[in-house]
Amino acid sequence: MENILEVKNLHVTFSTYGGNVKAVRGVDFHLKKGETLAIVGESGCGKSVTSNSIMRLIPNPPGRIVAGNILFNGEDLTKASEKRMRSIRGVDISMIFQDPMTALNPTLTIGTQLIEGLVQHHKVTAKQAKRKAIEMLELVGIPNPEERLKQYPHQFSGGMRQRIVIAIALICEPELLIADEPTTALDVTIQAQILELFIKIQKETGVSIILITHDLGVVAKIADRIAVMYAGKIIETGTKREIFYEAQHPYTKGLLHSVPRLDARGDLKPIDGSPPDLFSPPIGCPFAARCPFTMEVCDNVFPVQTNLSHHHIVNCWLQDPRAKKSKSVRITVDGRQPT
Amino acid sequence: MLRYTLKRLLIAFITLWIIISITFLLMISVPGSPFNTDKTSNETVQANLEAHYNLDEPYFIQYVLYLKSIATFDFGPSIKQPNQTVNDLLGRGFPISFELGMITIVVAVISGITLGIFSALKHNGIIDYLAMGFAVLGISIPNFILATLLIQKLAVDYSIFPVATWASPSHMVLPVLALATGPMAIIARLTRSTMLEVLTQDYIKMARAKGLSPWKITIKHALRNALMPVVTIMGTLLAAILTGTFVIEQIFAIPGMGKYFVESINQRDYPVIMGTTVFYSAFLILMLFLVDIVYGLLDPRIKLHKKGGK
Repeated sequence: MENILEVKNLHVTFSTYGGNVKAVRGVDFHLKKGETLAIVGESGCGKSVTSNSIMRLIPNPPGRIVAGNILFNGEDLTKASEKRMRSIRGVDISMIFQDPMTALNPTLTIGTQLIEGLVQHHKVTAKQAKRKAIEMLELVGIPNPEERLKQYPHQFSGGMRQRIVIAIALICEPELLIADEPTTALDVTIQAQILELFIKIQKETGVSIILITHDLGVVAKIADRIAVMYAGKIIETGTKREIFYEAQHPYTKGLLHSVPRLDARGDLKPIDGSPPDLFSPPIGCPFAARCPFTMEVCDNVFPVQTNLSHHHIVNCWLQDPRAKKSKSVRITVDGRQPT
Repeated sequence: MLRYTLKRLLIAFITLWIIISITFLLMISVPGSPFNTDKTSNETVQANLEAHYNLDEPYFIQYVLYLKSIATFDFGPSIKQPNQTVNDLLGRGFPISFELGMITIVVAVISGITLGIFSALKHNGIIDYLAMGFAVLGISIPNFILATLLIQKLAVDYSIFPVATWASPSHMVLPVLALATGPMAIIARLTRSTMLEVLTQDYIKMARAKGLSPWKITIKHALRNALMPVVTIMGTLLAAILTGTFVIEQIFAIPGMGKYFVESINQRDYPVIMGTTVFYSAFLILMLFLVDIVYGLLDPRIKLHKKGGK
């Protein structure tokens, strides 16, 4: 399968009064047609900045893509003009935002907001646009679509609004859908419904999805592959199976241990410490300060990439043959190194 | 909607009644009478005159008579302007004042919003600093000082515009400029700050993610939301412009209502005071009502009426 998207060595920096924040520091990943890639990581790790960079929606100033390439169907989006980007946004690449309560304009009807992208990019009559809008509302499961088109966002519940946001994102039939924490603002039962909707839509339209989230439950449900981000870098990628059952990076393991489980006894095990300051990120492994297995090399040199399988890639010195007993190191239940 | 209108109408009448009562109290507490002038006149003549205008009656009776005249929209004859009723004066003065006020509002709103939008879009740029500096000046300088400055510079020194009166469009430029600068500055600052806030909202990002042009995003998505606070202060601004017309009309010798209003107070011309006050109040109340309706039209979340007792 060909890659619809390839991100190579992406660097994004924000200039602030306090200095430059290096939010994304050399991110590489790719996405195949019809695939769902989840980018996970804690708040501030650069996952939203990465996704906004693909759409070139980083507010500039202060944000800037300082290096790297974003190849979408072979075209480098970092070099595309703003006009070219406008013809890509909403048509080839669409985006779903985190909070459906604020993503819709309160003063315009749902119908207006649904069809405006379509009218902007395609030559359609008002009648065709309306028919398409009704079709989209049916696809995302909103009853009485014809009536609902005339209503305003405040007349819908949170879950319904997220369905509408999804309908807006899909109305021009994009090839790539970027969902930035699409279920974070919703309650659990609605989350499940929205995830089902994603699965249904992908089956019907074959759209490729990048899912940004910090919720591993969401990832487990719909992702094909997972990329784990930490302090502006991707530190481990692999298939869903490889990440959930064969995670190698201590941070990934720590993340998995931080999820409450119904079948496990004892306290939840958070990762000690906090992420590094991105004003002056560490030269070595950014996780070194919090890692229970830190070695001397970790502080000084960023780990080289180790390919464990075709998909499973990890950046950790523990994978180096010179690391003592690296393969046999296992995290215990309490998340610390056994001694 | 009908119920809401009726409710507002009732409140309007109560407000008017309070204004009338306060005006009446102020009128009787100010010493002097329309006939108590420099020219000393015969006491019998004065008593006759007072009797003619019911000024010899007890205050309570006078109050009731006033209420009656207002209820019938007949404010009676002016005491000081011979052979003229208050309604005549209002009919002559109001169209001119209305014209001045409306042109001022249109100029202030359009230029204020435009300045605000450009300042917000070019946030912290040269246009922004210039416009906001101008706005601070506009807010700080009282309109009567601006008016005299404008007359001195543009009318007397350079003779670009006429000095005073109200005849042709070129006569309107200076008074409108003097009157509109303050409200325009307020609107510009308000539009800028709300625009800046609205532009960071998720729905603006979403509009950008749809691939809409910056122009369309500004007009269709941002401006509509940014206008809400502007509409809110429109009521206050209308009042400010209305009272501003008194002063500006005096300075530019414009024969509007403001002139009668000020003169009537100086001359204790009671029917004219009452007539102009009630008229101004009613007009302002009507304008505030219109502002509320516009508010509801702009933002569908604001319901003017409640359905079925919910």
